[in-house]
Amino acid sequence: MNKHDPKGIPHTTPRQSATFTQDVNSDIRRAAATGIYDIRGGGAKRKVPSFDDLLFMGASISRYPLEGYREKCETSVTIGGLHAENPIELDIPITIAGMSFGALSGPAKEALGRGASAAGTSTTTGDGGMTAEERGHSNKLVYQYLPSRYGMNPDDLRKADAIEIVVGQGAKPGGGGMLLGQKISDRVAEMRNLPKGIDQRSACRHPDWTGPDDLEIKILELREITGWKVPIYVKVAGARPYYDTTLAIKAGADAVVLDGMQGGTAATQDVFIEHVGQPTLAIIRPAVQALQDLGMHRKVQLILSGGIRSGADVAKAMALGADAVAIGTAALIALGDNDPRWEAEYNALGTTAGAYDDWHEGQDPAGITTQDPELMARFDPIEGGRRLRNYLKVMTLEAQTIARACGKNHLHNLEPEDLVALTMEAAAMARVPLAGTEWYPGKPGTGY
Amino acid sequence: MQTIDLSKIGLREMNKTLHAQAANTNQTTWEIVNPKGAHAIACGLDAPIEVTVKGSTGYYCAGMNQQATVNIKGSAGPGTAENMMSGKVFVDGDASQYAGATGHGGLLVIKGNASSRCGISMKGINIVVHGNIGHMSAFMGQSGNLVVCGDAGDALGDSCYEARLFVRGSVKSLGADCEEKEMRPEHLEILRDLLAEAGSDAKPEDFKRYGSARNLYNFDVDNAAAY
Ligand SMILES: Cc1cc2nc3c(=O)[nH]c(=O)nc-3n(C[C@H](O)[C@H](O)[C@H](O)COP(=O)(O)O)c2cc1C
Repeated sequence: MNKHDPKGIPHTTPRQSATFTQDVNSDIRRAAATGIYDIRGGGAKRKVPSFDDLLFMGASISRYPLEGYREKCETSVTIGGLHAENPIELDIPITIAGMSFGALSGPAKEALGRGASAAGTSTTTGDGGMTAEERGHSNKLVYQYLPSRYGMNPDDLRKADAIEIVVGQGAKPGGGGMLLGQKISDRVAEMRNLPKGIDQRSACRHPDWTGPDDLEIKILELREITGWKVPIYVKVAGARPYYDTTLAIKAGADAVVLDGMQGGTAATQDVFIEHVGQPTLAIIRPAVQALQDLGMHRKVQLILSGGIRSGADVAKAMALGADAVAIGTAALIALGDNDPRWEAEYNALGTTAGAYDDWHEGQDPAGITTQDPELMARFDPIEGGRRLRNYLKVMTLEAQTIARACGKNHLHNLEPEDLVALTMEAAAMARVPLAGTEWYPGKPGTGY
Repeated sequence: MQTIDLSKIGLREMNKTLHAQAANTNQTTWEIVNPKGAHAIACGLDAPIEVTVKGSTGYYCAGMNQQATVNIKGSAGPGTAENMMSGKVFVDGDASQYAGATGHGGLLVIKGNASSRCGISMKGINIVVHGNIGHMSAFMGQSGNLVVCGDAGDALGDSCYEARLFVRGSVKSLGADCEEKEMRPEHLEILRDLLAEAGSDAKPEDFKRYGSARNLYNFDVDNAAAY
């Protein structure tokens, strides 16, 4: 007989709440202890409908496959030919997304440049301006033009191979940047014209334009300053993709970069990352629809980002109409971020490999998201560049494997008709049939 | 002096011609006629030339200027001299919103009034306004000097960092974390030089100085109400 239970009444098993989960409770305790919302890096960790919910059908009798290794499957892409004298020519449709110097160390930026260049693709600056390392090691460098204008100057603008006007990021549509004091080294402070050690809050709106009509004039100014030579991209978060894409095209963008809610960030509020924005899968078709409605599909390029991890993701994004993709988090992992080899140190920081996301604190054991000289020294930019190149090559080979199986001699020839969805949600978002059916929710003419 | 008729050759040709002037050009003075409020006039200049625009300009005149002197003989649209690095820009009339936004260096002089967000996010530029300025001026101003001979509108210097703000007239209200500061001799010195360069006879002693109270420099939940 149980001494706490003298009458012998059986206990129910302890039951955890589906509402007040261990995660939720730890959030509440953290908030109660600190009085400050949780800030972290990375993208949405919640499960949302994704490319994993889509499958390619492949070829059989009705479709005709291409021979692997023997029949060509092209991967090149040209970005920005609409208005720019010198569009960007890439060997592969996988680009490196804008990640700020400040969030990342100088050597990490160098490694991104090395890896991207070796794989025949572009890399992108970020909040905080252009560093000599990344310009020097990137064959094709896209220069971000952000609301903060930290480090923004016309000399660097003219050194860029393309300009990306950042309106928003998938991780935080409508939010600005955040670089906390502990990561503001002398070099970062100088590039941003701010005192060392203070929190740097990047604005969420551009200081000198608001709305699509102004954006058109801003693009005109940037083109005049750079002599109409380089393409101008507009980066938007996956908020209202049909309208945002329409307005970016109307304002004269050469390319639209569209970033879904799984997209990483260097630092923002967890509540922002998890609760604002739409999943990457849901934003492609409306954006492609906007391009098609304006007769601009394949003329203005669509670069998709937010949770791209593999050649399968690349192929699926392209089948749904994207011209290229961009990767952030995956590139950092290829460089060595969150590697289990540092497990003991992750544990010491109260986390574990794979879950480490306090990038804003500058204590990254892998030496990538830090400005601490000792930690930075752990990271070898040459080795990092080699790893990134390998990873980009593997993704490309994977995408080609799928495209050949679908009978396509260029990744751009993949089409929605090659896909089926595993769930109703994914079918509705991607506008491809639920596997085994001819139907998806919202299909025109079906009445549902 | 070279004269460019914008209505004849168009914006692209005009800017191309000005951009082609090298550091050692002999053609150092230029006049632009018939600007008719066009946008992006004389933006991205990078040579020690003097350009006089005979009339009013649209958005971003003299944007990102380096080295050049640009005189606007009229009023100027939004974002005039935005992100200027060096050189000088003089506006005879009034300037619209965001004049001198994010400027890193150089001198912007507005003889008339400036609208809202003058010097927003300024990063080292000096701005002298002979008249009044609108609301939210020097928002998030990082460094440089904003001198206002008239009055300032609401929320002056909101969330500013190390920019120095000097106002001779009234300030309708100060923005979050902006406070009046002591005027020390070195500030009077800065003011004297800037006023002289801007052709103003205002006396430095008549100004008050404003700047960051630095309470929002590192996040503290007890300050959350200020945001
Ligand atoms: C460390 C880090 C820093 C970033 N910095 C910037 C930035 O400065 N500007 C920007 O537009 N996006 C920035 N991003 C977002 C990326 O450009 C991109 O949108 C995102 O990483 C794509 O999603 P993914 O990480 O799932 O690949 C950053 C992302 C990360 C992970």
